[in-house]
Amino acid sequence: MKENIGKVVKVSGPLVVAEDIPNAKMYEMVYVSDRKLFGEIIEIKGNNASIQVYEDTSGVGPGDPVYSTGMPLSVELGPGLIGSIYDGVQRPLDVLKEKYGDFIVRGSYEPALNRKKKWHFVPLVREGSDVVSGDPVGYVQETIAIKHYILIPIGLEGKIDFIADEGDYTVEDVIAKVKTGEGEKEVKMYQKWPVRIGRPYAKRLPPNEPLITGQRVIDAFFPIAKGGTACVPGPFGSGKTVIQHQLSKWSDADIIIFIGCGERGNEMTDVLMEFPELTDPRTDRPLMERTILIANTSNMPVAAREASVFTGITMGEYFRDMGYTVALMADSTSRWAEAMREMSGRLEEMPGEEGYPAYLASRISSFYERAGRVIVLGNEKKESALSVIGAVSPPGGDLSDPVVQATLRTVRVFWSLDAQLAYARHFPSIHWLRSYSLYADSLKDFYTSRLGKEWAEMRKEFMKILRREAELQEMVRLVGIDALSPSDRLIMEVARSIREDFLQQNAFMEEDTYTSLEKQKRMMRLIHLFYVYAQDALKKGVNLDKIVDLPVRVDISRSKLIPEDNLEKFDEIEKKLKESFEALISEVQNG
Amino acid sequence: MAKEYITTRNIAGPLIIVDSVEKATYGEIVEIKAADGSIKRGQVLEIDRDRALIQVFEGTSGLNLGETKVKFLGRGVQVGLAPSILGRIFDGSGSPIDDGPAIIPEKMADINGVPMNPYARNYPSEFIQTGVSAIDGLNTLVRGQKLPIFSGSGLPHAKLAAQIARQAKVKGEGEKFAVVFVAMGITFEEANYFINDFKETGALERSVMFINLGDDPVIERIATPRFGLTVAEYLAFDLGMHVLVIMTDMTNYCEALREISAARKEVPGRRGYPGYMYTDLASMYERAGRIKGKEGSITQIPILTMPEDDKTHPIPDLTGYITEGQIFLSRTLHQQAIYPPIDVLPSLSRLKDKGIGKGKTREDHSDVLNQLFAAYARGRESRELATVLGESALTKTDLIFVKFADRFEQEFVKQDEYEDRSIEETLDIGWKLLSMIPVEELKRIRPAFIEKYLKRYLKEEDKDAAQR
Ligand SMILES: Nc1ncnc2c1ncn2[C@@H]1O[C@H](COP(=O)(O)OP(=O)(O)OP(=O)(O)O)[C@@H](O)[C@H]1O
Ligand SMILES: [Mg+2]
Repeated sequence: MKENIGKVVKVSGPLVVAEDIPNAKMYEMVYVSDRKLFGEIIEIKGNNASIQVYEDTSGVGPGDPVYSTGMPLSVELGPGLIGSIYDGVQRPLDVLKEKYGDFIVRGSYEPALNRKKKWHFVPLVREGSDVVSGDPVGYVQETIAIKHYILIPIGLEGKIDFIADEGDYTVEDVIAKVKTGEGEKEVKMYQKWPVRIGRPYAKRLPPNEPLITGQRVIDAFFPIAKGGTACVPGPFGSGKTVIQHQLSKWSDADIIIFIGCGERGNEMTDVLMEFPELTDPRTDRPLMERTILIANTSNMPVAAREASVFTGITMGEYFRDMGYTVALMADSTSRWAEAMREMSGRLEEMPGEEGYPAYLASRISSFYERAGRVIVLGNEKKESALSVIGAVSPPGGDLSDPVVQATLRTVRVFWSLDAQLAYARHFPSIHWLRSYSLYADSLKDFYTSRLGKEWAEMRKEFMKILRREAELQEMVRLVGIDALSPSDRLIMEVARSIREDFLQQNAFMEEDTYTSLEKQKRMMRLIHLFYVYAQDALKKGVNLDKIVDLPVRVDISRSKLIPEDNLEKFDEIEKKLKESFEALISEVQNG
Repeated sequence: MAKEYITTRNIAGPLIIVDSVEKATYGEIVEIKAADGSIKRGQVLEIDRDRALIQVFEGTSGLNLGETKVKFLGRGVQVGLAPSILGRIFDGSGSPIDDGPAIIPEKMADINGVPMNPYARNYPSEFIQTGVSAIDGLNTLVRGQKLPIFSGSGLPHAKLAAQIARQAKVKGEGEKFAVVFVAMGITFEEANYFINDFKETGALERSVMFINLGDDPVIERIATPRFGLTVAEYLAFDLGMHVLVIMTDMTNYCEALREISAARKEVPGRRGYPGYMYTDLASMYERAGRIKGKEGSITQIPILTMPEDDKTHPIPDLTGYITEGQIFLSRTLHQQAIYPPIDVLPSLSRLKDKGIGKGKTREDHSDVLNQLFAAYARGRESRELATVLGESALTKTDLIFVKFADRFEQEFVKQDEYEDRSIEETLDIGWKLLSMIPVEELKRIRPAFIEKYLKRYLKEEDKDAAQR
């Protein structure tokens, strides 16, 4: 027993240095002191190992024992993940509450997956079948919407010697045995995977399909692809969390992983209370049945915050490997970067920009690089995708922040939240001129085949109008609105309509919180038609004020509220629009 | 008997380093005896083999290398808790200063607390009526929320905080209510203002005060709010009380944090504040909240003065990133003698939506709120335009909105320090002001509510208009 024990020599907050840990390995899990505080080796210098400890280290001092485990920091992957809430190192918070009460007791440990619960296993292979890593040997219907495939663990391949009959098993029961070159290996319903290593796949593919979010400014202007990456930087209160909650609720992914990384406890509670009540529009099942939460809130240990994003993304990869489309939200990656900075400072590493470690950018990009559209391992060659969306919280909203800059170098979509828009309660406050999506081109084919050429044309035209508006606004500030020509004033009016009647979307209003692509297109078309008719009417001598005051504009502004199952209403408005302009023109022509 | 060390090797700013320590642990509290026999307290910040780095709460003046005696007490900083703590006044490190008896504790608790399990939290949703229209009407506070006041030097944040403490109540309930007041580095006069106000209104009996004044030890301020919050947790979750915690001034707290960081020669973050300030502040702000299945609650109103009224300064910035909204005080409104000078546009209560509406405040609240906000924003915008281009640049409707904005500030925002408005009164003032605006411009209010609430004001206003 003695041989796997080291000794603490130094404690500085979450950093503990220990000596004489036998055979210490980088990223090995250890337990510190007799309280069994959970930690991970992050640096080895001679006989000394630096450990980041995932719990408060008060009361730990030199001489305390450190127990090594020989295992890297890993997560458990198997039935029971869905609907769970974990901390940054995958401790099940619901179980901790049952056992230890309302506050998180130090040194409390519970397995991530329930060992006693029985799952109904259905085999998919027969004895004698050849299997390779990633092949499903069977599945568990984990929720009504999700079949949880039991995959042959990475690195294993051979012939099935034994496969369990359909029936109820715990995650610890052996459900298959595989005869390999190195003898017979058992397969259980769960496996472990080290969080800092990406799970392998067969092939990486370029993204070609959008993640449809039901958020108009995203789907229409700045789409993210399935398997793509996006970041949402913005100052406090600009709507980062609401956007990520919206994507978790409405985007067309099979599995959602939401990581509350150093943010508020109440925001996790909000998800926990709301998601079971909301239904997924595609499956009609409660949203919680496709969601996994990771909550390492700002007051929880800072080192576990550092681990939380890896814990989350490893789970994401695991469901990706089953063939599912996964979307992962990390709110906020700045807190993760700050956790790295704190550990780096305590290790007395040479600081880079703003005290962040020099490896900040490479860590950030290696995290986002785990996203992607892939062909998974296994004989079936399933295609699947893992998308990653990270919030960034730069100090004072200043985008020159090193975390923002490093993130922008790696992600392909930039939703820039604007303080002024948020302040004017224009939500989502995604700034239409500063944001971009590098997927827009590769997704064009998808949109065209689904919605026709019109979609891309209107999108382009709208962006042009909004850019022109910005220029015109400059002029108005200098010389007043009267100096603008009627056609320029029309552009200002149309731009306002695009902003207020299309881009603004209230997350908290039932009718407005989600908009299908078809409805988005109809809404765009109303504004576009108005613009086309109005230009024509101006040419024919109609006074601009008459156009601006048309009552049909109220219908356009209320088109948000048209229910999804009543899109014929748009035909009526289009008709009214046409008639209104015909009336104006005939008024002019008849004197 | 714990060993006394005379091996102090280094004294720098608020820190000392003690050598040849046999057994010490991180976070442990120490007792330091100066040459003149006076006792100071400190806490272990880092321990490296036999060398301990200690922050001294009372500051290091009077300490020397040869005669300073350091004793490690083998535990963290604790506070003794008992129901009799209510009504008492303590200094910044928890010793009574009100001539009352020592507290006989029923329970000892570490002041750092333990993080609440997010799964155990209950979402805050009960409306707290503060009697202040600009808060209740537009930036509604709910039980378990953390809602800071972003103020500036010379603005009446103390007055507003005292008014909230005096008036805060939950509609129609006679529940157990308590106030924990934490002063960090404020002036004697300001602290006295609170103490007297609490005494006069009888609030003192249900309050607990921790007072660290401007001339009290700076490093002590690191501990002061934690004493307060630990007491608040006891009152809320052991005794089932609804606790309002007022902490003023967080700016002084952060400066103490910076001082220690500088003394430790840590890599400074923005403006010299340490990189871990976000986490440090969160460890306090996140102690607000409610717990499923428990009676009590902790609602926090931290007050901070923004250096140069700059909200991007690290202190308000990091606070805003943690709290659930903010109440902004405006120098412009203050100069126009409007009390409370709350600027409702940048202010926000993020939890308001769950605390208002039918059965909580009133069915029309959400619509009135949105409309008042939109109308005031439009009025302010037009008013600014008018100052640049002249009133002639405004349309007739815009002029109405400018007038609305003026009256909104004078009648809705402005109220007396002792005026305690019910939510119905607040909403009715809102309706009265909205009646100035042409009905077709009230786009954010459902027609049914216009019918129900606006009618009675329309006549009145018409009469006004006729007289004019
Ligand atoms: N789409 C939206 N519809 C309506 N309101 C919104 C929307 N987005 C944001 N808001 C409003 O803005 C507030 C702040 O949003 P949110 O909490 O997402 O900000 P944040 O950027 O995550 O801030 P922080 O960095 O402090 O966490 C919300 O409480 C809500 O009132
Ligand atoms: Mg947020």
